[in-house]
Amino acid sequence: MAAPLSIQLEFGGGAELLFDGIRKHQVTLPSQPEPWDIRSLLAWIKENLLKERPELFVQGDTVRPGILVLINEADWELMGELDYQLQDQDNVVFISTLHGG
Amino acid sequence: MPAPVLCQSCGAGRAALRRPKTGQALCRECFVAAFEAEVHGTIVAARLFQPGETVAVGASGGKDSTVLAHLLRLLNQRHGYGLRLLLLSVDEGIAGYRDDSLDAVRRNRGRLGLPLHVVSYRELYGWSMDRIARHVGPKNNCTFCGVFRRQALDRGAALLGADKIATGHNADDVAETVLMNFLRGDVGRLRRCAGILTGSEGALPRCKPLKHAYEKEIVLYAYFQGLDYFSTECVYAPNAYRGHARTLLKDLEAIRPSAVADLVHSGERLAVREDVRMPTQGTCQRCGYLSSQPLCKACVLLEGLNRGLPRLGIGKPSRMQKVLTDAEKPEVGFREDSQQASRAIRTVDF
Ligand SMILES: [Zn+2]
Ligand SMILES: [Zn+2]
Ligand SMILES: [Zn+2]
Repeated sequence: MAAPLSIQLEFGGGAELLFDGIRKHQVTLPSQPEPWDIRSLLAWIKENLLKERPELFVQGDTVRPGILVLINEADWELMGELDYQLQDQDNVVFISTLHGG
Repeated sequence: MPAPVLCQSCGAGRAALRRPKTGQALCRECFVAAFEAEVHGTIVAARLFQPGETVAVGASGGKDSTVLAHLLRLLNQRHGYGLRLLLLSVDEGIAGYRDDSLDAVRRNRGRLGLPLHVVSYRELYGWSMDRIARHVGPKNNCTFCGVFRRQALDRGAALLGADKIATGHNADDVAETVLMNFLRGDVGRLRRCAGILTGSEGALPRCKPLKHAYEKEIVLYAYFQGLDYFSTECVYAPNAYRGHARTLLKDLEAIRPSAVADLVHSGERLAVREDVRMPTQGTCQRCGYLSSQPLCKACVLLEGLNRGLPRLGIGKPSRMQKVLTDAEKPEVGFREDSQQASRAIRTVDF
């Protein structure tokens, strides 16, 4: 069993508009048999936080192309993307590049 | 927990991003330095500016123009370009949306210490976007928005005595436009859209210093530098065709990150056969703006609005041009003609 995790989520660049305009969310992920990774985090966000038009945020089991993900201030492409295993107190930022120039 | 990836440039810092163009992993400091150096390189290589020029930076409050204004101010100081920089914003008159984005521009003006000028649709055309939208309905207003915005920057910059306009178009925007013009077979636009410096006779020259900068890097640069920008979608329906081109491009980029740069390159390298007839550029009979037709698109749209026939300018150009240039002569017969025209008009080809 993985213990519950407390992490900080941040949405920006227009992505926050899908979350009631709220940028920062302090959340607790419940304990579950498998360790939490970004893939299961996205499923959790879709269930628990997304307020509208989920297709503008997730596509299949990943984020919609054009949404950048930073894990502890580093590009998720350097961190294993969907397979990154979350640690307690991690900070995950989602920034949309798809909104007006 | 995976070991942090080290920067491939300095070898010391923890890498903060993988660059889409090259795949290189860089730390924050090395990325910021490389990004600034590359934009400077673009400006120098394309000879975008001459010392002593006044450059109006189109400032929408969005990410691209915010990064552009920040970079131009920084590079102008660092490399002694000798430019006088101004921020120029267009107020379309969209309650809520534009008020908030203009606030973002004002905050940046304070931070950058550059003069800001705002020109409004109401003063330039006599119509705000909200009022236009009430007249033309929700489907067509982006045609108006786009056409009027383009001219508004020109007119505003001319009023300010600027020599040149700089816009925040990035590599993704250019790739998207190349793709759209290719899909539509619009040879005239295809040839022009990939250019970095356009327009000379009549209109003010326009340049795109961020033409080779990926959207991902612009957004991360803004994030790492703590730049404040506005990111709400325009409340009026965005151009659906562009939206699809954008999605297609983002899907391609996810599989092959060089797709964006490749499309920009294709746009630059495409040659148009000698025997292809290109539209001849003239100037608008009414306002003097560049136009391949007797009347420019803005004057046609405006005329339609003022005559209570707002859909006049939306559709086949030959038809509406005929209606309006005929109407320049006798007043009789105009009404019939224009009513037919507005009935015949259905598509938005923009
Ligand atoms: Zn470095
Ligand atoms: Zn619009
Ligand atoms: Zn005109």
